[in-house]
Amino acid sequence: MNAPLPKRKLKVATTSLAGCFGCHMSFLDIDERILDLVELVEFDRSPITDIKHCSPDCDLGIIEGGVCNAENVHVLHEFRKNCKILIAMGACAINGGLPAQRNSLDIRDILAAVYAQPGRGVHIPNDPEIPLLLNEVHPLHEVVKIDYFLPGCPPSGDAIWKFLTDLLAGRTPTLGHGLIHYD
Amino acid sequence: MRHQFELETAKTPEALKRIVIEPVSRVEGHGKVTILLDDNNQVHQVRLHIVEFRGFEKFIEGRPYWEVPVLVQRLCGICPVSHHLAASKAMDMIVNGGILTPTAEKIRRLMHYGQMLQSHALHFFHLSSPDLLFGFDSDVAKRNIVGVAAANPDVAKMGVLLRKFGQEVIRVTSGKRVHGTGSVPGGVNKSLTAEERDYLLKDSDQMIAWSRDAVRIIKGLHRSNPALYDAFGAVPSTMMSLVDDKGALDFYHGALRARDKDGEVIFDQVSYQGYNTLLTEGVKSWSYMKFPYITTLGEEKGWYKVGPLARIQNCDSIPTPQAEEERVEFVAHGGAKPMHGSLGFHWARMIEMLCAAETIKDLLLDPDIMGADLMAEGPRRGEGIGVIEAPRGTLFHHYRVDDNDLVTYANLIVSTTNNNTAMNVAVRDVAKNYLQGHEITEGLLNHIEVAIRCFDPCLSCATHALGKMPLEVTLVDATGAEIDRMTKDSEGRIGK
Ligand code: SF4
Repeated sequence: MNAPLPKRKLKVATTSLAGCFGCHMSFLDIDERILDLVELVEFDRSPITDIKHCSPDCDLGIIEGGVCNAENVHVLHEFRKNCKILIAMGACAINGGLPAQRNSLDIRDILAAVYAQPGRGVHIPNDPEIPLLLNEVHPLHEVVKIDYFLPGCPPSGDAIWKFLTDLLAGRTPTLGHGLIHYD
Repeated sequence: MRHQFELETAKTPEALKRIVIEPVSRVEGHGKVTILLDDNNQVHQVRLHIVEFRGFEKFIEGRPYWEVPVLVQRLCGICPVSHHLAASKAMDMIVNGGILTPTAEKIRRLMHYGQMLQSHALHFFHLSSPDLLFGFDSDVAKRNIVGVAAANPDVAKMGVLLRKFGQEVIRVTSGKRVHGTGSVPGGVNKSLTAEERDYLLKDSDQMIAWSRDAVRIIKGLHRSNPALYDAFGAVPSTMMSLVDDKGALDFYHGALRARDKDGEVIFDQVSYQGYNTLLTEGVKSWSYMKFPYITTLGEEKGWYKVGPLARIQNCDSIPTPQAEEERVEFVAHGGAKPMHGSLGFHWARMIEMLCAAETIKDLLLDPDIMGADLMAEGPRRGEGIGVIEAPRGTLFHHYRVDDNDLVTYANLIVSTTNNNTAMNVAVRDVAKNYLQGHEITEGLLNHIEVAIRCFDPCLSCATHALGKMPLEVTLVDATGAEIDRMTKDSEGRIGK
């Protein structure tokens, strides 16, 4: 799990599955330190670049959000295949988070309720371009092997910074008192 | 006259080539675009699909009402404060008929203007500036904030620090930068200490100066290439936003105003309490984001734009002096007519960022933000509607609560949903003008995304559902054991 990392610019891919982008926002909350970080890492597929698929030699894959549909499954597998180390960032990635509130409900009932139009019946959109929903929202580790879990909703910018700098320096990441939060 | 919904639906989709942009990048959330072309690269169909469904409206039912302002923030990590406050405003109606103490209202305003500043800075500097500074078809490897930092370190740093300041305003007012808990039904749970005020105040002049610089950057780009900037993705349409009782720009509270594409007022000072008769939420088979329209104008003609470009042209004035000066210049640039070129969103957005920076300073200087009277009391009701001008536009939250304090109904129309038709029309316009008849390159395809980015869509807030193709998804865990399976037959029936 803690294999030493090579001494070159590390390739980092990030994505949001069934999340709210709050974890990515918290990543940007490292503020000015992002200008130091880009000296050490190169961003591959990520919402802030236009690289649409992971390069096969990514070092870190950082994933926000749980798995709620077929496309999420596909992206998660792409990340596992192309990234040496996978990090589940935030409550949604670790345990499904708030979107997993729907797990106790029947997905058909939810769709029928959301797409009911007063006086015009229910029109659940249907198109092959839209990925199939899973019955439940799943945490990442149920689908692929995850190497690190970074808790919080979201983890703070400081927690993300400490985690990354530990990892980049070849240390086992530890979040001491004050950085571990679950809210 | 061009039919509004041209390029929405191809007559013979089977015979056409399909190009997909997936995921749409440098926007918040998940979306994809499909383009159908014939053998001569004539464009026949362009659609922006939203690939997100989380069912918030349904699972909010049954929760106690006081959880809702914190819960709904998880719709969106980019503008969580907007959801936090729109839900709080709706819940204010339920707990006390919608009254706030001056301290509570000003703390909430401070939080909201902090978010406006951070979200607009993020959007402009981190997400869109690479297109604007390097060109729409520049090198993919450089077309990101890291490339901007390498080529224009001062610009990148300014963006990072503007966003940081906005996030700090949010942290100080709500306890946390993302998903704070400052606002509660009926008021707020904290005000500012003198130290907190001074901490923010010391940087506020710098933020105003940088925001003005940002307006100058985008204004300069506009003026240096009006042929591109004024015409790109031009979508003449109705514009809708909140204005205050004098018709001035207000991001926190007001009544609804709409103007038609030529700037004529369609309605004004309409209470948002009637949003659900004013607007109808249309559904289309190929997108899971709804398509709202102004009910009286009908589905074909009733769609509209919300957000910075609509707000700046809808209001009669901006209450802060420097932003007002910039608004006057902006309006003058359009001559006698409203501007509808999509890139105008960026210019309008930076004027709003300046307004936010100025307003934050004004609020920090107001002694009410250190007041002790945080909650107001009033009669309890069963239903509440809250509206706010979120960074991306008008945002509606509507709830009903039963006698046991549990939510029985929730309906949300998020800002990006209001812009759904406008975004689709803009990408079709760009596809027609730039892709038509050409060999499609990555750079040309990025033009589509540039148009989408103008609207700064937060696709994270949008929803999706299921198609009609027979499908089966099996989810297996790391050891190969099946943990979930969904099937759908050709009739669209879903099974396990
Ligand atoms: S963990 Fe929280 S912040 Fe992160 S994606 Fe989920 S809801 Fe958003």
